[in-house]
Amino acid sequence: MIERIAELTGNEIYRCYQCQKCSSGCPFAQYMDFPPAVIIRMIHFGMKEKLLSSETIWVCASCETCTTRCPNEIDIAHIMDALRQECVREGFKPAGKNVYLFHSAFMSSIKSYGRVHELGMLGKYKLKSGNFFDDLKLGYDMYKKGKIKLFPHKIKGMRDIKKIFKKIIN
Amino acid sequence: MKVGYYPGCSLESTAAEYNESLKEICSMLDIQLNEIRDWNCCGATSAHCLDEKASFLLAARNLEIAEKTGMDLVVPCSGCFSRLKFAEKNALSNEKYKGMSTFRGSINIIDMTALLSGSTVLEAMEKKLVKPLKGMKIAAYYGCMSLRPPKITDAPDHDNPQSMEKILAALGAEIIPWTFKTFCCGGSLAITRTDIVRDQVNRILDMAAESGAECLVTSCPMCQSNLDTREDEVSRQFSREIYIPIFYFSELIGLALGSGNAGSWFMKHQVDPRKLLSEKGL
Repeated sequence: MIERIAELTGNEIYRCYQCQKCSSGCPFAQYMDFPPAVIIRMIHFGMKEKLLSSETIWVCASCETCTTRCPNEIDIAHIMDALRQECVREGFKPAGKNVYLFHSAFMSSIKSYGRVHELGMLGKYKLKSGNFFDDLKLGYDMYKKGKIKLFPHKIKGMRDIKKIFKKIIN
Repeated sequence: MKVGYYPGCSLESTAAEYNESLKEICSMLDIQLNEIRDWNCCGATSAHCLDEKASFLLAARNLEIAEKTGMDLVVPCSGCFSRLKFAEKNALSNEKYKGMSTFRGSINIIDMTALLSGSTVLEAMEKKLVKPLKGMKIAAYYGCMSLRPPKITDAPDHDNPQSMEKILAALGAEIIPWTFKTFCCGGSLAITRTDIVRDQVNRILDMAAESGAECLVTSCPMCQSNLDTREDEVSRQFSREIYIPIFYFSELIGLALGSGNAGSWFMKHQVDPRKLLSEKGL
């Protein structure tokens, strides 16, 4: 496990001495099953199953506070990315199912148009997650204010976008 | 001044008022924004969460287009800015991405608040000021992505940024110092974990009020929409009355420079700022 993560994110991960700066500064630690410093330790110990099925990796909002503050220059936010990607690649069930479904819907919008079409993306997310009724009134308000477009804009360079999506792993 | 412009997807939709106000104030300040042709989504949080290569390639395509114009690229959205800077740094110095992009690094990628807080722009702003924001108590809220990590963003002071404060000072506002200006609002969980997001928004609005701010000013479309759209729910959930309008910094520049369109930008907010503005006689 540690070799794989080190390969994806750099050898700095071996430098962690558990100072807890990442965990104490993380604005989302209270919602996680394991705080960031524990995640790093779990990687050292090779606890793959627990790591890839943890809630933490889908609660992390990528605010980069941990990465910015780590005295050993460990890119913790990047490690969270790598763990999310490993979770999907290894066929684990993402503990943050809706977060995963949202990101997938977002990527599929880019794949179709080259840009994000909010209405289509949110529709797809709602269908897959089953959260049909959340934020409907808010969405309607925003539509009335001209903030949500009915139709997507497709870029001309879709060939480039197709090429990019051919190369992706997940 | 002529610069390349990468608006990004949010400015075409949920942050329409940011785009409209920016275009107007830039023309007032003699800054020509040249939108780069056929840009694509930067990939945002979703791409780097699910696929690192896609994240790099989506952002890099925009850099390649921008480089052909020969003009520096200005980016208003903090999220786009961070992804484009990530692609810039990796295209130029990370072995892992070698040969994956033709970007050579001959142009700079600039955050919009940095461009508009430059000394010559501030001088022009002061000269054109018709409606000083006198008596408005404003706290600047930056969020994460235009700042962290500094080795990617090149932010001069990532813990205590000053670009929006410089602009607000030029507009005559009263700047409220506070400690939450770079605290994450949870924007990337805005749709999926509204429970967490409401807690974060509550903390930020509470701290703003405690510090004496009457409104917040931001440059990040995710922060603006997250705070603006959740304020009402937070009021109800935590049973306290909150009225803190969330402005884009460009809207306040437009207002202070006497733009006739400011009202149409403010109409797009969920928390209507016009009540506060009329109290202040603006």
